[in-house]
Amino acid sequence: MADFEFAAPVELDEALRLLSGTPGSRPLAGGTDLIDQLNAGRRTTGLVVDLKRIPVLMRLDVDGDGLHIGGARSCTDVQQHSAVRADYAGLAEACGLIGAVQIQNRAAVAGNVCNAAPSADTIPALISLSAHAIIRSQNGTRDVPLDEFFIGPGQTVLNDGEILEELVLPTPPDSSASAYLRFIPRNEMDIAVAGVGSYLEVDPNSKVITRARIALASVAPTPVRAREAESHLEGKVLSDEVIDEAAALAPNSASPISDVRGSAEFRLELVKVLTARTLRKCAERIG
Amino acid sequence: MAKIQITTTVNGDERELLVEPGWTLLRMLRDELLLTGTKEGCSNGNCGACTVILDGRTADSCLVLAAEADGREVTTVEGIAFGAELNVVQDAFMQDASMQCGFCTPGFIVSTTALLRGNPAPAEDEIRLGLAGNLCRCTGYDKIVKGVQDAAASLEKQGARL
Repeated sequence: MADFEFAAPVELDEALRLLSGTPGSRPLAGGTDLIDQLNAGRRTTGLVVDLKRIPVLMRLDVDGDGLHIGGARSCTDVQQHSAVRADYAGLAEACGLIGAVQIQNRAAVAGNVCNAAPSADTIPALISLSAHAIIRSQNGTRDVPLDEFFIGPGQTVLNDGEILEELVLPTPPDSSASAYLRFIPRNEMDIAVAGVGSYLEVDPNSKVITRARIALASVAPTPVRAREAESHLEGKVLSDEVIDEAAALAPNSASPISDVRGSAEFRLELVKVLTARTLRKCAERIG
Repeated sequence: MAKIQITTTVNGDERELLVEPGWTLLRMLRDELLLTGTKEGCSNGNCGACTVILDGRTADSCLVLAAEADGREVTTVEGIAFGAELNVVQDAFMQDASMQCGFCTPGFIVSTTALLRGNPAPAEDEIRLGLAGNLCRCTGYDKIVKGVQDAAASLEKQGARL
Protein backbone atom coordinates (compact mmCIF):
# COMPACT_ATOMS: atom_id res chain seq x y z
CA MET A 1 0.00 0.00 0.00
CA ALA A 2 1.19 3.53 -0.72
CA ASP A 3 2.22 5.61 2.27
CA PHE A 4 -0.30 7.60 4.25
CA GLU A 5 -0.64 8.94 7.77
CA PHE A 6 -3.13 7.38 10.17
CA ALA A 7 -5.13 8.91 13.00
CA ALA A 8 -7.76 7.42 15.28
CA PRO A 9 -9.27 10.35 17.22
CA VAL A 10 -11.85 9.82 19.95
CA GLU A 11 -13.53 13.22 19.47
CA LEU A 12 -15.67 14.04 16.45
CA ASP A 13 -14.34 17.63 16.34
CA GLU A 14 -10.76 16.35 16.11
CA ALA A 15 -11.71 14.02 13.23
CA LEU A 16 -13.41 16.89 11.38
CA ARG A 17 -10.40 19.15 11.94
CA LEU A 18 -8.03 16.51 10.57
CA LEU A 19 -10.23 15.75 7.56
CA SER A 20 -10.74 19.41 6.62
CA GLY A 21 -7.06 20.23 7.15
CA THR A 22 -5.77 17.54 4.78
CA PRO A 23 -7.12 17.67 1.21
CA GLY A 24 -7.74 14.18 -0.15
CA SER A 25 -7.88 12.60 3.31
CA ARG A 26 -10.23 9.67 3.77
CA PRO A 27 -12.48 8.75 6.70
CA LEU A 28 -12.25 5.04 7.58
CA ALA A 29 -15.30 3.20 8.86
CA GLY A 30 -15.26 -0.58 8.30
CA GLY A 31 -12.55 -0.35 5.65
CA THR A 32 -13.80 -3.22 3.52
CA ASP A 33 -13.99 -0.94 0.47
CA LEU A 34 -11.36 1.69 1.36
CA ILE A 35 -8.51 -0.66 2.34
CA ASP A 36 -9.07 -2.73 -0.79
CA GLN A 37 -9.05 0.44 -2.92
CA LEU A 38 -5.82 1.68 -1.29
CA ASN A 39 -4.20 -1.75 -1.54
CA ALA A 40 -5.03 -2.11 -5.22
CA GLY A 41 -3.90 1.46 -5.97
CA ARG A 42 -7.37 2.52 -7.15
CA ARG A 43 -7.29 5.30 -4.59
CA THR A 44 -4.47 7.19 -2.87
CA THR A 45 -4.60 9.40 0.18
CA GLY A 46 -2.29 11.30 2.48
CA LEU A 47 -4.30 10.61 5.62
CA VAL A 48 -6.70 7.95 6.85
CA VAL A 49 -8.88 8.93 9.82
CA ASP A 50 -10.40 5.97 11.66
CA LEU A 51 -13.87 6.89 12.93
CA LYS A 52 -14.61 3.82 15.04
CA ARG A 53 -13.31 5.25 18.33
CA ILE A 54 -15.68 8.22 18.22
CA PRO A 55 -18.69 7.34 20.42
CA VAL A 56 -21.28 9.43 18.53
CA LEU A 57 -20.36 7.66 15.28
CA MET A 58 -20.93 4.28 16.96
CA ARG A 59 -24.43 5.10 18.16
CA LEU A 60 -27.23 2.66 17.34
CA ASP A 61 -30.46 3.47 19.14
CA VAL A 62 -34.06 4.55 18.78
CA ASP A 63 -35.45 7.85 20.08
CA GLY A 64 -38.33 10.17 19.19
CA ASP A 65 -36.76 10.89 15.77
CA GLY A 66 -36.50 7.20 14.90
CA LEU A 67 -33.54 4.87 14.42
CA HIS A 68 -30.06 6.40 14.54
CA ILE A 69 -27.24 4.50 12.83
CA GLY A 70 -23.87 6.11 13.55
CA GLY A 71 -21.48 6.55 10.65
CA ALA A 72 -19.14 3.76 11.74
CA ARG A 73 -21.62 1.05 12.89
CA SER A 74 -21.20 -2.36 11.28
CA CYS A 75 -23.76 -4.26 9.22
CA THR A 76 -23.67 -7.07 11.81
CA ASP A 77 -24.49 -4.66 14.65
CA VAL A 78 -27.36 -3.16 12.68
CA GLN A 79 -28.71 -6.51 11.50
CA GLN A 80 -28.69 -7.93 15.04
CA HIS A 81 -30.35 -4.91 16.67
CA SER A 82 -33.79 -5.87 17.99
CA ALA A 83 -35.51 -2.69 16.77
CA VAL A 84 -34.05 -3.16 13.29
CA ARG A 85 -35.27 -6.75 13.11
CA ALA A 86 -38.72 -5.75 14.35
CA ASP A 87 -39.39 -2.46 12.55
CA TYR A 88 -36.89 -2.17 9.69
CA ALA A 89 -36.92 -5.70 8.24
CA GLY A 90 -35.84 -4.60 4.76
CA LEU A 91 -32.67 -3.07 6.20
CA ALA A 92 -31.90 -6.18 8.28
CA GLU A 93 -32.29 -8.28 5.12
CA ALA A 94 -29.94 -6.05 3.14
CA CYS A 95 -27.28 -6.02 5.91
CA GLY A 96 -27.28 -9.83 5.90
CA LEU A 97 -26.55 -9.98 2.16
CA ILE A 98 -23.37 -7.89 1.94
CA GLY A 99 -20.33 -10.06 1.33
CA ALA A 100 -20.02 -12.80 3.93
CA VAL A 101 -19.86 -12.84 7.73
CA GLN A 102 -16.29 -11.46 7.83
CA ILE A 103 -17.31 -8.48 5.69
CA GLN A 104 -20.58 -7.79 7.54
CA ASN A 105 -18.67 -7.79 10.83
CA ARG A 106 -16.49 -4.89 9.62
CA ALA A 107 -18.38 -3.05 6.87
CA ALA A 108 -20.37 -0.05 8.09
CA VAL A 109 -23.87 0.64 6.76
CA ALA A 110 -22.87 4.29 6.30
CA GLY A 111 -19.72 3.11 4.50
CA ASN A 112 -21.84 1.12 2.06
CA VAL A 113 -23.80 4.35 1.49
CA CYS A 114 -20.72 6.58 1.03
CA ASN A 115 -19.01 4.11 -1.31
CA ALA A 116 -22.09 4.77 -3.48
CA ALA A 117 -21.93 1.68 -5.66
CA PRO A 118 -25.11 1.59 -7.78
CA SER A 119 -25.42 -2.06 -6.66
CA ALA A 120 -25.10 -1.38 -2.90
CA ASP A 121 -27.63 -3.53 -1.04
CA THR A 122 -28.36 -1.31 1.96
CA ILE A 123 -29.22 1.78 -0.09
CA PRO A 124 -32.59 0.72 -1.59
CA ALA A 125 -33.65 -0.58 1.82
CA LEU A 126 -32.64 2.69 3.49
CA ILE A 127 -34.33 4.85 0.83
CA SER A 128 -37.53 2.81 1.03
CA LEU A 129 -37.50 3.42 4.80
CA SER A 130 -37.13 7.21 4.20
CA ALA A 131 -33.62 7.46 5.65
CA HIS A 132 -31.97 10.85 6.01
CA ALA A 133 -28.23 11.47 5.87
CA ILE A 134 -26.93 13.75 8.60
CA ILE A 135 -23.79 15.29 7.12
CA ARG A 136 -21.29 16.96 9.39
CA SER A 137 -18.28 19.17 8.82
CA GLN A 138 -16.45 21.89 10.70
CA ASN A 139 -18.90 24.32 9.12
CA GLY A 140 -21.94 22.64 10.63
CA THR A 141 -24.57 20.03 9.89
CA ARG A 142 -26.86 19.44 6.94
CA ASP A 143 -29.70 16.99 6.54
CA VAL A 144 -30.16 15.36 3.13
CA PRO A 145 -32.88 12.82 2.26
CA LEU A 146 -31.00 9.72 1.15
CA ASP A 147 -32.65 9.65 -2.28
CA GLU A 148 -30.91 12.99 -2.96
CA PHE A 149 -27.50 11.83 -1.69
CA PHE A 150 -26.16 10.13 -4.85
CA ILE A 151 -24.99 11.88 -8.00
CA GLY A 152 -23.29 9.09 -9.94
CA PRO A 153 -21.47 5.78 -9.57
CA GLY A 154 -19.21 6.26 -6.51
CA GLN A 155 -20.27 9.93 -6.34
CA THR A 156 -22.22 11.55 -3.52
CA VAL A 157 -23.08 15.06 -2.37
CA LEU A 158 -20.36 14.83 0.30
CA ASN A 159 -17.71 17.53 -0.06
CA ASP A 160 -14.11 17.37 1.18
CA GLY A 161 -14.09 17.66 4.96
CA GLU A 162 -17.64 16.33 5.30
CA ILE A 163 -18.58 12.99 6.81
CA LEU A 164 -21.81 11.05 7.07
CA GLU A 165 -22.33 11.42 10.82
CA GLU A 166 -25.42 9.24 10.96
CA LEU A 167 -28.40 7.85 9.14
CA VAL A 168 -31.78 8.57 10.70
CA LEU A 169 -34.80 6.43 9.83
CA PRO A 170 -38.21 7.62 11.06
CA THR A 171 -40.16 5.15 13.21
CA PRO A 172 -42.57 3.27 10.94
CA PRO A 173 -46.21 3.15 12.12
CA ASP A 174 -47.83 -0.16 13.12
CA SER A 175 -49.53 -0.90 9.81
CA SER A 176 -46.38 -0.81 7.73
CA ALA A 177 -43.60 -3.13 6.57
CA SER A 178 -40.46 -3.22 4.44
CA ALA A 179 -38.55 -5.84 2.46
CA TYR A 180 -35.38 -6.08 0.36
CA LEU A 181 -34.56 -8.65 -2.29
CA ARG A 182 -31.80 -8.85 -4.87
CA PHE A 183 -31.03 -11.24 -7.67
CA ILE A 184 -27.61 -12.90 -7.96
CA PRO A 185 -26.81 -16.07 -9.94
CA ARG A 186 -25.19 -17.66 -6.85
CA ASN A 187 -26.47 -18.27 -3.33
CA GLU A 188 -24.25 -15.66 -1.64
CA MET A 189 -21.05 -13.58 -1.96
CA ASP A 190 -22.04 -11.73 -5.12
CA ILE A 191 -23.02 -8.30 -6.40
CA ALA A 192 -26.67 -7.57 -7.18
CA VAL A 193 -27.70 -7.88 -10.82
CA ALA A 194 -30.71 -5.93 -9.59
CA GLY A 195 -32.05 -5.15 -6.12
CA VAL A 196 -35.36 -3.74 -4.88
CA GLY A 197 -36.27 -2.30 -1.49
CA SER A 198 -39.97 -1.71 -0.80
CA TYR A 199 -41.98 -0.13 1.98
CA LEU A 200 -45.76 -0.03 2.38
CA GLU A 201 -47.92 1.75 4.91
CA VAL A 202 -51.69 1.14 5.02
CA ASP A 203 -54.71 2.42 6.88
CA PRO A 204 -55.33 -0.39 9.42
CA ASN A 205 -59.10 -0.36 8.86
CA SER A 206 -59.59 0.29 5.17
CA LYS A 207 -56.26 -1.27 3.98
CA VAL A 208 -55.84 1.76 1.72
CA ILE A 209 -52.14 2.31 0.99
CA THR A 210 -51.19 5.62 2.56
CA ARG A 211 -47.50 5.57 1.65
CA ALA A 212 -45.39 3.50 -0.73
CA ARG A 213 -41.65 3.72 -1.29
CA ILE A 214 -39.78 1.57 -3.79
CA ALA A 215 -36.06 1.95 -4.49
CA LEU A 216 -34.01 0.13 -7.12
CA ALA A 217 -30.33 -0.89 -7.19
CA SER A 218 -28.04 -1.81 -10.07
CA VAL A 219 -30.37 -0.50 -12.77
CA ALA A 220 -29.18 3.12 -13.10
CA PRO A 221 -26.02 5.18 -12.40
CA THR A 222 -27.39 5.79 -8.88
CA PRO A 223 -30.01 4.10 -6.73
CA VAL A 224 -33.41 5.37 -7.96
CA ARG A 225 -36.96 5.50 -6.68
CA ALA A 226 -39.71 3.87 -8.72
CA ARG A 227 -41.96 6.90 -8.39
CA GLU A 228 -44.54 5.88 -10.98
CA ALA A 229 -45.07 2.57 -9.18
CA GLU A 230 -45.25 4.36 -5.81
CA SER A 231 -47.92 6.79 -7.07
CA HIS A 232 -49.92 3.93 -8.53
CA LEU A 233 -50.06 2.25 -5.12
CA GLU A 234 -50.90 5.24 -2.94
CA GLY A 235 -54.63 5.73 -2.39
CA LYS A 236 -55.59 2.22 -3.51
CA VAL A 237 -56.67 -0.74 -1.40
CA LEU A 238 -53.78 -3.19 -1.03
CA SER A 239 -54.36 -6.27 -3.19
CA ASP A 240 -52.43 -8.75 -5.35
CA GLU A 241 -53.77 -7.02 -8.42
CA VAL A 242 -52.59 -3.55 -7.45
CA ILE A 243 -49.18 -4.98 -6.53
CA ASP A 244 -48.84 -6.54 -10.00
CA GLU A 245 -49.91 -3.28 -11.66
CA ALA A 246 -47.29 -1.33 -9.67
CA ALA A 247 -44.59 -3.92 -10.39
CA ALA A 248 -45.27 -3.58 -14.12
CA LEU A 249 -44.65 0.19 -13.81
CA ALA A 250 -41.42 -0.09 -11.79
CA PRO A 251 -39.11 -0.75 -14.80
CA ASN A 252 -40.15 2.68 -16.19
CA SER A 253 -37.90 4.23 -13.51
CA ALA A 254 -34.87 2.08 -14.40
CA SER A 255 -32.24 2.84 -17.04
CA PRO A 256 -30.00 -0.22 -16.85
CA ILE A 257 -26.93 -1.04 -18.90
CA SER A 258 -25.94 -4.45 -20.23
CA ASP A 259 -22.77 -5.75 -18.64
CA VAL A 260 -21.08 -8.94 -17.51
CA ARG A 261 -23.70 -9.44 -14.77
CA GLY A 262 -26.76 -9.20 -16.97
CA SER A 263 -28.39 -7.57 -19.97
CA ALA A 264 -30.49 -4.43 -19.71
CA GLU A 265 -33.58 -6.43 -20.76
CA PHE A 266 -32.96 -9.00 -18.03
CA ARG A 267 -32.54 -6.27 -15.43
CA LEU A 268 -35.84 -4.64 -16.41
CA GLU A 269 -37.59 -7.99 -15.99
CA LEU A 270 -35.84 -8.46 -12.62
CA VAL A 271 -37.07 -5.05 -11.45
CA LYS A 272 -40.66 -6.08 -12.22
CA VAL A 273 -40.36 -9.47 -10.50
CA LEU A 274 -38.44 -8.22 -7.45
CA THR A 275 -40.82 -5.28 -7.00
CA ALA A 276 -43.79 -7.65 -6.97
CA ARG A 277 -42.07 -10.03 -4.54
CA THR A 278 -40.94 -7.33 -2.11
CA LEU A 279 -44.40 -5.72 -2.14
CA ARG A 280 -46.00 -9.12 -1.42
CA LYS A 281 -43.57 -9.61 1.48
CA CYS A 282 -44.58 -6.19 2.82
CA ALA A 283 -48.27 -7.15 2.49
CA GLU A 284 -47.67 -10.44 4.35
CA ARG A 285 -45.75 -8.66 7.08
CA ILE A 286 -48.49 -6.08 7.55
CA GLY A 287 -50.88 -9.04 7.88
CA MET B 1 5.83 7.50 7.22
CA ALA B 2 6.25 7.53 10.94
CA LYS B 3 5.52 4.22 12.59
CA ILE B 4 2.73 4.03 15.12
CA GLN B 5 3.02 2.29 18.45
CA ILE B 6 0.15 -0.05 19.22
CA THR B 7 -0.71 -2.51 21.96
CA THR B 8 -2.67 -5.53 20.81
CA THR B 9 -3.59 -8.74 22.59
CA VAL B 10 -2.67 -11.56 20.22
CA ASN B 11 -3.67 -15.09 21.20
CA GLY B 12 -3.91 -13.99 24.82
CA ASP B 13 -0.55 -12.21 24.99
CA GLU B 14 -0.31 -8.43 25.11
CA ARG B 15 2.08 -7.31 22.38
CA GLU B 16 3.60 -3.85 21.88
CA LEU B 17 4.39 -3.22 18.25
CA LEU B 18 5.55 -0.47 15.91
CA VAL B 19 3.51 -0.59 12.72
CA GLU B 20 3.39 1.49 9.56
CA PRO B 21 0.04 3.10 8.71
CA GLY B 22 -0.06 1.20 5.41
CA TRP B 23 0.39 -2.23 6.95
CA THR B 24 -2.57 -4.57 7.11
CA LEU B 25 -3.23 -6.67 10.19
CA LEU B 26 -2.39 -9.67 7.98
CA ARG B 27 1.09 -8.31 7.30
CA MET B 28 1.66 -7.56 10.97
CA LEU B 29 0.66 -11.08 12.00
CA ARG B 30 2.73 -12.84 9.37
CA ASP B 31 5.81 -10.65 8.97
CA GLU B 32 6.20 -9.10 12.42
CA LEU B 33 4.81 -11.79 14.71
CA LEU B 34 5.65 -14.72 12.39
CA LEU B 35 2.17 -16.16 12.88
CA THR B 36 2.14 -17.67 9.42
CA GLY B 37 -0.91 -19.85 10.00
CA THR B 38 -2.94 -16.88 8.78
CA LYS B 39 -2.67 -17.13 4.99
CA GLU B 40 -2.65 -14.47 2.29
CA GLY B 41 -4.95 -15.52 -0.56
CA CYS B 42 -6.75 -12.88 -2.58
CA SER B 43 -5.83 -9.83 -0.44
CA ASN B 44 -9.22 -8.27 -1.19
CA GLY B 45 -11.69 -9.86 1.18
CA ASN B 46 -13.07 -12.58 -1.05
CA CYS B 47 -11.30 -15.77 -0.02
CA GLY B 48 -11.17 -15.74 3.79
CA ALA B 49 -7.75 -17.45 4.00
CA CYS B 50 -6.65 -14.61 6.32
CA THR B 51 -9.65 -14.88 8.67
CA VAL B 52 -8.93 -14.01 12.31
CA ILE B 53 -11.17 -13.32 15.28
CA LEU B 54 -11.05 -9.62 16.16
CA ASP B 55 -12.80 -8.65 19.41
CA GLY B 56 -14.97 -11.77 19.20
CA ARG B 57 -15.96 -11.56 15.54
CA THR B 58 -14.35 -12.88 12.40
CA ALA B 59 -12.63 -10.45 10.06
CA ASP B 60 -10.52 -10.71 6.93
CA SER B 61 -7.17 -9.49 8.26
CA CYS B 62 -6.23 -8.24 4.77
CA LEU B 63 -8.99 -5.60 5.12
CA VAL B 64 -7.98 -4.34 8.56
CA LEU B 65 -5.10 -1.93 9.12
CA ALA B 66 -2.60 -3.04 11.74
CA ALA B 67 -3.08 0.35 13.41
CA GLU B 68 -6.80 -0.38 13.82
CA ALA B 69 -5.89 -3.31 16.09
CA ASP B 70 -4.57 -0.98 18.79
CA GLY B 71 -6.26 -1.94 22.06
CA ARG B 72 -8.10 -4.83 20.40
CA GLU B 73 -7.94 -8.57 20.87
CA VAL B 74 -6.89 -10.83 17.99
CA THR B 75 -7.06 -14.62 17.83
CA THR B 76 -5.36 -16.43 14.97
CA VAL B 77 -5.47 -20.12 14.10
CA GLU B 78 -2.43 -20.55 16.37
CA GLY B 79 -4.55 -19.34 19.28
CA ILE B 80 -7.48 -21.63 18.50
CA ALA B 81 -5.83 -24.75 19.93
CA PHE B 82 -5.47 -25.27 23.67
CA GLY B 83 -1.69 -25.46 23.89
CA ALA B 84 -0.68 -28.74 22.27
CA GLU B 85 -4.28 -29.98 22.30
CA LEU B 86 -6.33 -29.39 19.17
CA ASN B 87 -9.79 -27.89 19.48
CA VAL B 88 -12.76 -29.99 18.31
CA VAL B 89 -12.84 -28.25 14.94
CA GLN B 90 -9.20 -29.00 14.19
CA ASP B 91 -9.71 -32.55 15.39
CA ALA B 92 -12.80 -33.11 13.23
CA PHE B 93 -11.11 -31.59 10.15
CA MET B 94 -8.22 -34.07 10.67
CA GLN B 95 -10.51 -37.07 11.19
CA ASP B 96 -12.65 -36.19 8.18
CA ALA B 97 -9.76 -35.08 5.95
CA SER B 98 -11.63 -31.78 5.45
CA MET B 99 -8.84 -30.44 3.27
CA GLN B 100 -7.04 -31.04 0.04
CA CYS B 101 -4.11 -28.67 -0.51
CA GLY B 102 -4.74 -27.20 2.96
CA PHE B 103 -4.12 -23.54 2.14
CA CYS B 104 -7.66 -22.46 3.01
CA THR B 105 -7.83 -24.71 6.09
CA PRO B 106 -6.69 -22.23 8.80
CA GLY B 107 -9.30 -19.72 7.64
CA PHE B 108 -12.00 -22.38 7.62
CA ILE B 109 -11.01 -23.52 11.12
CA VAL B 110 -11.16 -19.97 12.49
CA SER B 111 -14.52 -19.27 10.79
CA THR B 112 -15.94 -22.61 11.96
CA THR B 113 -14.83 -21.96 15.53
CA ALA B 114 -16.59 -18.58 15.50
CA LEU B 115 -19.66 -20.11 13.82
CA LEU B 116 -19.98 -22.87 16.44
CA ARG B 117 -19.51 -20.40 19.28
CA GLY B 118 -22.58 -18.54 18.07
CA ASN B 119 -24.55 -21.58 16.91
CA PRO B 120 -23.35 -24.90 18.39
CA ALA B 121 -25.72 -27.02 16.27
CA PRO B 122 -25.99 -25.42 12.83
CA ALA B 123 -28.04 -26.95 10.01
CA GLU B 124 -26.22 -27.67 6.75
CA ASP B 125 -27.48 -24.51 5.06
CA GLU B 126 -26.41 -22.47 8.09
CA ILE B 127 -22.93 -24.00 7.84
CA ARG B 128 -22.68 -23.24 4.12
CA LEU B 129 -23.93 -19.69 4.59
CA GLY B 130 -21.76 -19.13 7.68
CA LEU B 131 -18.67 -20.26 5.78
CA ALA B 132 -19.51 -18.49 2.50
CA GLY B 133 -16.66 -16.05 3.10
CA ASN B 134 -14.10 -18.86 2.98
CA LEU B 135 -13.22 -20.24 -0.42
CA CYS B 136 -11.61 -23.62 -1.13
CA ARG B 137 -10.06 -23.60 -4.60
CA CYS B 138 -9.77 -27.38 -4.47
CA THR B 139 -13.59 -27.21 -4.05
CA GLY B 140 -13.63 -29.82 -1.30
CA TYR B 141 -16.64 -28.30 0.39
CA ASP B 142 -18.58 -31.47 1.23
CA LYS B 143 -15.82 -32.80 3.49
CA ILE B 144 -15.47 -29.39 5.12
CA VAL B 145 -19.21 -29.36 5.88
CA LYS B 146 -18.89 -32.88 7.28
CA GLY B 147 -15.99 -31.74 9.47
CA VAL B 148 -18.11 -28.91 10.84
CA GLN B 149 -21.05 -31.27 11.51
CA ASP B 150 -18.76 -33.73 13.29
CA ALA B 151 -17.19 -30.95 15.35
CA ALA B 152 -20.69 -29.83 16.37
CA ALA B 153 -21.62 -33.43 17.23
CA SER B 154 -18.57 -33.93 19.43
CA LEU B 155 -19.28 -30.64 21.21
CA GLU B 156 -22.77 -31.92 21.96
CA LYS B 157 -21.45 -35.31 23.09
CA GLN B 158 -18.95 -33.67 25.41
CA GLY B 159 -21.53 -31.16 26.60
CA ALA B 160 -18.85 -28.59 25.83
CA ARG B 161 -18.74 -25.19 24.21
CA LEU B 162 -15.92 -23.74 22.17
